[in-house]
Amino acid sequence: MEDWSIKELSSLLREKKTSSVEITTDYLQHIKKKNPEINAFITVDENRSLAQAKLADLKIQKGEGDVLTGVPIAQKDIFCAEDWLTTCGSKMLHNFIAPYDATVVKKFNEVGAVNIGKTNMDEFAMGSSNETSYFGGVKNPWDLTRVPGGSSGGSAAAIAARMCPGATATDTGGSIRQPASLCGLTGLKPTYGLVSRYGMIAFASSLDQAGPMAKSSEDCAMMMNVMAGFDPKDSTSIDHKKEDYTKNIDQPIEGLKIGLPKEYFADGLDSHVAKVIESAIDQYKKLGATIVDVSLPNTNLSIPVYYVLAPAEASSNLSRYDGVRYGHRTSQYDDLMDMYCKTRQEGFGEEVKRRILIGTYVLSAGYYDAYYLKAQQIRHLISEDFKKAFQSCDLIMGPTAPSTAFKANEKIDDPVTMYLQDIYTIATNLAGLPGMSIPAGFVNKLPVGIQIIGNYFDEARMLNVAHQFQKVTDWHKAIPEGALS
Amino acid sequence: MSITHDEIKKIAHLARIKITEEEADATLKKLSGILNLIEDMKKVDTTNISPMSHAQSVTQRLRDDVVTETNQREKLQKIAPEVSGGLYIVPQVIE
Repeated sequence: MEDWSIKELSSLLREKKTSSVEITTDYLQHIKKKNPEINAFITVDENRSLAQAKLADLKIQKGEGDVLTGVPIAQKDIFCAEDWLTTCGSKMLHNFIAPYDATVVKKFNEVGAVNIGKTNMDEFAMGSSNETSYFGGVKNPWDLTRVPGGSSGGSAAAIAARMCPGATATDTGGSIRQPASLCGLTGLKPTYGLVSRYGMIAFASSLDQAGPMAKSSEDCAMMMNVMAGFDPKDSTSIDHKKEDYTKNIDQPIEGLKIGLPKEYFADGLDSHVAKVIESAIDQYKKLGATIVDVSLPNTNLSIPVYYVLAPAEASSNLSRYDGVRYGHRTSQYDDLMDMYCKTRQEGFGEEVKRRILIGTYVLSAGYYDAYYLKAQQIRHLISEDFKKAFQSCDLIMGPTAPSTAFKANEKIDDPVTMYLQDIYTIATNLAGLPGMSIPAGFVNKLPVGIQIIGNYFDEARMLNVAHQFQKVTDWHKAIPEGALS
Repeated sequence: MSITHDEIKKIAHLARIKITEEEADATLKKLSGILNLIEDMKKVDTTNISPMSHAQSVTQRLRDDVVTETNQREKLQKIAPEVSGGLYIVPQVIE
């Protein structure tokens, strides 16, 4: 297997040095070989992928291709893809054949990209280790005894094991950035509202945002050009002017002001990870950036706030799974109430049930003000922290996750410890800001990501700043042992 | 703030999730840990702070009242657990 980037594949296809059918066949074969041990894909459909590849080749022959025409891209199984099994990692949707395309999927189809398969994920995107999937945990290609992170762990592991050059992902509290960090990849969670949520199965609607995951910033920029854009079918989509995210990616970054929040380097951060982040910051200084100290004083509160708001929204969103219109329905029941309760008992996994219960509790009569309203007020404070910080810097940087990939089963029985994985990523979701993770080094042969947080709609600058780092470093080019064989 | 076994059963019922006595006990333990984490919020004075329900302060758009979707009943009902004559079938609720 060759280690192609999306950019390389795009040129090879357009120069007619290879065909989409050839590339797609290569990736499908590699998936066949690698997926049994990694479990990154829930669904692979060779015929469908190859049919798309054939159409892409015809387009390219006629000179009608777009930059991503013929390039295989994996879709996180949270995105509805017409006639594809779309499970969201849950037994509840184990038999759900999506009747329509999510806008993100539709956009990739329209440019002629090939859907190479649906990637595994934590059930309903609830998790930071990809261990809550009904279809089994995903293994980290850097160390098969460790988790790839979550919830977009399948997308991350698929790219890390070179089963695809790029994949879609979603991020509610860190689900793009943390697995990107743990698997040595580049991942971008855009500004809330920039990428359509239509057809993306809802977890916490005010926080959910889709974004690209790939090996480099350049590849993510190419995917963003497809994914971003106003969608009337998503009531929270923002009518932002269409941008070319690749346009300014080569600009020098001299004079860039990077803010380092002291709270992101406090207790709880692994000291080896801290060193990697510090040397990445030194690299940025060499590139001409200046460093300023900033403070995000309410960082620690982002976890409690998130674990009120996200479950509250989830408990409402997931009420739609009632065994009536689609998905799982229990086989034995006495009456309608019994049918609902058993269907949901059987269809949801433990973590999902836990979050539905928390959400139901904090929204229930007598607790609404103390929990839900209070959390929304603190969300406001957290958002103000960023506003203040951005008055003295262009971008904020820090670690993506407090540690490298942890062992499977290490945290799954202790939800609170698991939730602390997202300490550096959650606040950006609460504020709706864009966040990115790029490879910055290794600790004991495990990848470490540095997080870049931008102001609203500053994705182009973030991708530029990430690309300039990747031009002078090789961390993003590292390949897990045996991934190509 | 602690939560009781009976409260767990009550919220499980509100959430329409069947839960056994054993599951309620196991859930009680884990939920208590999470609720303790959430208690940290109480330390913050939020007097006069307006709640933020959404990342962007935008108002809901209105669209023209025109038909944009075609009837796809058959396609959408093909994936339902039980349908008959174009209707979704549920256990009888009215005698």
